[in-house]
Amino acid sequence: MWRWFHRLGSPRWFYQTSGRWLPWLAVLTLALLVIGTLWGLAFAPEDARQGNSFRIIYIHVPVSFLALAGYYVMAVAGAVNLIWRIKLADMVMTAAAPLGAALTFLALFTGAIWGKPTWGTYWVWDARITSMLVLLFLYLGVVVLRNSFSGRDTAGKACAILALVGTVNIPIIYKSVDWWFTLHQPATIKLSGAPSMHPDMFKPLLVMILAYYCFYALVLILNTRTEILHRERRTAWVNDLAVSELAVTELTSNEQ
Amino acid sequence: MTEALRTPASQQAVQERLPPELLPPGEGFVGILKRDLLLAFRHRGELANPLIFFIMVTALIPIAVGPQKALLSQLAPGMIWVMALLGTLLSSDSLFQSDYADGTLEQLIISPQPLWLLVLAKISAHWLVTGLPITLAAPILGLMLALPEAGYATLVLGLAMGTATFSLFGAIGAALTVALRKGGVLLSLIVMPLYFPVLIFGSAAVQRVVDGGSAGAPLALLGAVFAFALLLSPFATAASLRAGING
Amino acid sequence: MAFAALGFERDDVPLFDGLSGAVAAGDILQIAGGNGSGKTTLLRILSTALTATEGSLHWRGIALALQRAEYLADLVFVGHSPGIKLALTPRENLSWLARLYPVREQDIAEALVRVGLAGLEDVPCRTLSAGQQRRVALARLVIARATLWILDEPMTAIDQDGVALIEELLRAHAEVGGAVILSSHQALNIDGVRVLDLAEYACHD
Repeated sequence: MWRWFHRLGSPRWFYQTSGRWLPWLAVLTLALLVIGTLWGLAFAPEDARQGNSFRIIYIHVPVSFLALAGYYVMAVAGAVNLIWRIKLADMVMTAAAPLGAALTFLALFTGAIWGKPTWGTYWVWDARITSMLVLLFLYLGVVVLRNSFSGRDTAGKACAILALVGTVNIPIIYKSVDWWFTLHQPATIKLSGAPSMHPDMFKPLLVMILAYYCFYALVLILNTRTEILHRERRTAWVNDLAVSELAVTELTSNEQ
Repeated sequence: MTEALRTPASQQAVQERLPPELLPPGEGFVGILKRDLLLAFRHRGELANPLIFFIMVTALIPIAVGPQKALLSQLAPGMIWVMALLGTLLSSDSLFQSDYADGTLEQLIISPQPLWLLVLAKISAHWLVTGLPITLAAPILGLMLALPEAGYATLVLGLAMGTATFSLFGAIGAALTVALRKGGVLLSLIVMPLYFPVLIFGSAAVQRVVDGGSAGAPLALLGAVFAFALLLSPFATAASLRAGING
Repeated sequence: MAFAALGFERDDVPLFDGLSGAVAAGDILQIAGGNGSGKTTLLRILSTALTATEGSLHWRGIALALQRAEYLADLVFVGHSPGIKLALTPRENLSWLARLYPVREQDIAEALVRVGLAGLEDVPCRTLSAGQQRRVALARLVIARATLWILDEPMTAIDQDGVALIEELLRAHAEVGGAVILSSHQALNIDGVRVLDLAEYACHD
């Protein structure tokens, strides 16, 4: 068990294994994305009240899910680094922070686009939107903090602590924002009709959620691989890798 | 131990010494609390800065939005809370900065006393010299912003817990950024999201009382957030200091 | 105090490796090495301000991790900076420090006289010279009950009398069964000082 754990913690092992799985994951992601998008945009029925504009949920909802899940991925990676001092975990965390921030921004952005035809305005101080905004702030804090340190190990520890503090605070923040919203705006607007959705609308959404989870995993792995190469650039195995890649490039260019 | 000390040095040369007994943990807490209060007293010129900031910026609000009493009294609860947040946040930056610069922070970290307790002493001192004055000055600002009479008691009670929570969370940020040169702005960025619940419950409590309701629920929730911060912050701050001190 | 196979690397750049040593009662161990050889890093690891990448630390025969508080109560560390508050007087500084560590029942005033600060007890440290500020830090050695002293470049900014004072303090401490680990560029005028040269453990090549 422990040998397996430590082998998993080896950046080199991760790089080589993920390299084998990567093409399959990429194909799966692409297939799911194409199916989900076509199904959602072309075949799902139009919404009775919102018309075609509701179709943005096929991006908005999966992205919102991942924005929150991504924070936990980041925090767990940070905790693993903090407790077991596994460098790979810190690399995953480094890769997850900007990715999560981008997804959160995308969730806010698609929400704003959706809001314009639905409520006639891009921005509403709604509980979910506000929570999403706070989540974006939490992500930005981690990203900015990491970039401020000159020492990488220290940056990793500091960011891990911040992410963990953020994690235990997220439920409190979300609940307080919910409370605040019901206080100021008695529930007149119901944001999304997700639970009462028609199955024909819901099935493509499920496909899209699955597609975005795969997409998240794919991008996270790619980012982590880049981070591994960058940090391990002085090691022998990365140099060997670079030499062999170079040889392949030369070979193919010679053939042409 | 005391016996070993009393024997002449020549007789017990190169003899294994007994370890000293540990001090009770409260000693360090009292020592650091006293020290920081004394330091604040020595720098009493700077002591008033957050308070003056708090009052001056609040005075800007009527200038910016106009002197209509109805408008001001509607804005008052929220504005006073935002200003109290900013006043505490600005001073959080200095919580560990000077200790880091003169090497005393290192002494705290390697002291046999539990670090979280020493950190709690520093946070308590910080609250006593920033949060408490702001809390006590808040009624004056309430007058300036035409806060309805019913709101004062709730405002002071809420601010007492709220500014303490600000100090507690601010300490985590201050510890994480202690070795960074431009820590001040960064500190605000990383702790601001943690302040949302405090601001929500605090200003809602005042608003409710002003509107003729009861402030019990939001004040209780504010107290819960404060208790949570009190549990979390000393340990998180201690861990952050151990990590952050190495730049 | 014993340390074995200590290694330290910062951001994957190793500083030293396989470093071992020990001090017993009455020992004075001088850490030698050029600039950047890791003297301060080693002393900070030994004082637990920093964690080693690999290796083990033992105190009185027991792993240090199991008895951190006991070890720290038995240690005085004087680092690069004096570790005192400049706005406070020497007396005030020692009295807050005395609440962190077990101290002798000796008067703080006596300790300050011992390190040559008689008459300056109640002057803010800000107005003292760099050498005098270091002497305030040295007064901690006098009041502390600790067995192990770790000193990082104690001779910095200190005059000839001060060097003599430090040597006298070290000698007296060793005689009563204390142990000292210090880093210094200069050779010490004390008999029986052992030297650990960090150059032998460096990872540059």
